[in-house]
Amino acid sequence: MPASRSTRIVLFVYGLLIIALLYLPLVSVGFASVSRARYLSFPIRKYSTKWYTSALESSTVTDLFWTSLTVAAIVTVVSVVIAFFGALAFARYNWRYRTTFQKLILLPIFFPQTVLGLALLMWFNSLGIIPTWKTAVVAHLVWIAPIATLIVAIRAYSFDPALEEAARDMGANTGTILRLITLPLLLPGLVSAGLFAFLLSWGNFPLSLFTTGADSTLPEWLYAKMVSGYSPLVPTLGIMSVAGSFVIIMVALAVAWLMRANRESKAVQN
Amino acid sequence: MERTDRKLGLLSALPLTAVLLLAFVAPMVVVAIFSVMPQKVFSLTHTPDFSAYAVFFDQGYYRSLLWSLGMALASTAILLVICWPLAYGMAKVFGRFTLVLTIAVVMSLFVSENIRLFGWVLTLMKGGLIEGHLRAWTGISFDSPLYGVPVIVFGLVYVYLPFMLFPLAQGIAMVPDDTRQAAADLGATRWQILTKIDIPLAAPGIVVGSLLSFVLAAGALAESKILGGQAVIAIADDIETAFTFGQNWPLGSALSMILIVIIGALALFGVSRVDLDAIMGRKR
Repeated sequence: MPASRSTRIVLFVYGLLIIALLYLPLVSVGFASVSRARYLSFPIRKYSTKWYTSALESSTVTDLFWTSLTVAAIVTVVSVVIAFFGALAFARYNWRYRTTFQKLILLPIFFPQTVLGLALLMWFNSLGIIPTWKTAVVAHLVWIAPIATLIVAIRAYSFDPALEEAARDMGANTGTILRLITLPLLLPGLVSAGLFAFLLSWGNFPLSLFTTGADSTLPEWLYAKMVSGYSPLVPTLGIMSVAGSFVIIMVALAVAWLMRANRESKAVQN
Repeated sequence: MERTDRKLGLLSALPLTAVLLLAFVAPMVVVAIFSVMPQKVFSLTHTPDFSAYAVFFDQGYYRSLLWSLGMALASTAILLVICWPLAYGMAKVFGRFTLVLTIAVVMSLFVSENIRLFGWVLTLMKGGLIEGHLRAWTGISFDSPLYGVPVIVFGLVYVYLPFMLFPLAQGIAMVPDDTRQAAADLGATRWQILTKIDIPLAAPGIVVGSLLSFVLAAGALAESKILGGQAVIAIADDIETAFTFGQNWPLGSALSMILIVIIGALALFGVSRVDLDAIMGRKR
């Protein structure tokens, strides 16, 4: 039963409207970041980039960026490794506790992050660990590694186990199969899982809030300033953080595009 | 083959299981133990007295819990209505536009939620993007809708939209076109098709989407703090205060435990009814 033309148009407009609403607040933040006035009010009368200049010169901002970047980078690498194996256990191998495992890894995703952050704070405290950005890495992993696993699992569902079985019949051992068959087949899933891991860690604040100790990530600092009062640097740093995510996504898309172009040109040569 | 599968399954599940046991299950146990400790202690070596749970009832903390659950319920109901047509479009109508929509929605997830909520403050405040321009162009002014319960619910709907949209679209995609066509041929009205075919067959997606948005909204903190300006106190806010300003870890733990039990029961109930293999597209 194909939808009628008018239904199509209405749904299409509705979709565009939702996208517009999703991004409207970022438009406001964008305008606010280039307003010259210390106390913001719309319509903006004088534009200036001075807040960007002062943000770039500030050493606090540099620290915030480095902390966020370090945490996100480590979380990405560890999540991808965990997700590779986790996805095989989730989707590929038939083993006894597979459905239990599937449910276990959903629990942290279905969990209020603020409470998780506080629980981890108490756990680290009773172990005698003083929270720093390293404990924040652990906190992020609890939430992000399961999500990365789900993403790779979607890819793992779609590949034919017969490929692995054929390799095994021809005498390949498990290590060889994983390296030569499974890894290349799951690679697209691993790349998107890595991208998700990085961006979710980069933007996360409820987990960082309680687990970074004296260190601070960018979203955490922004939250503190928003709750305690306005600073003209908030919109500026907000936009810089968004721009950081955007650059990563563009780089990832470019790499994916290059890889595909490369493969196609090889296929043509053969 | 069977035997290697079994061994490899267990082995490859190990890293993630270890992370979750050490950094998810163990902290929950600590919270559970702390919640029965006497008030304002910082170690686990005291005699349990369950006094923190009494405080929950005596000092009105149950009101925050009810507010949080109520606002979560309201936002979940609103999300179902808002997302259904869009999810239907993504699953059955849009074609290529589905990809554009998916990318647009996923990209918005990567912007920290507090930046997006702060953006709404700038948009809705007096002298903000909407009111400021309206007043400058037409002279009409209106009071800011910020700092109330409706705007908190709006914030929850806004932030958790993707968590409803994607499971719902996945659920609707599982409804076979032939079945809908057959019902229509036999004279079913649109309403009958929706209630007798679409909703029952898309039920797994509806369950996952509703649970996810309800659970996340019930534990949300930023919406009530940034948009609501303390108009009502969310339970997550009380928990945070008990841990930070209150320096009362047992109270914070007891409040957490109550929230965890409610959310955990719902999550387990939902997850146990859904066949993940079917939703995620396992082939055999």
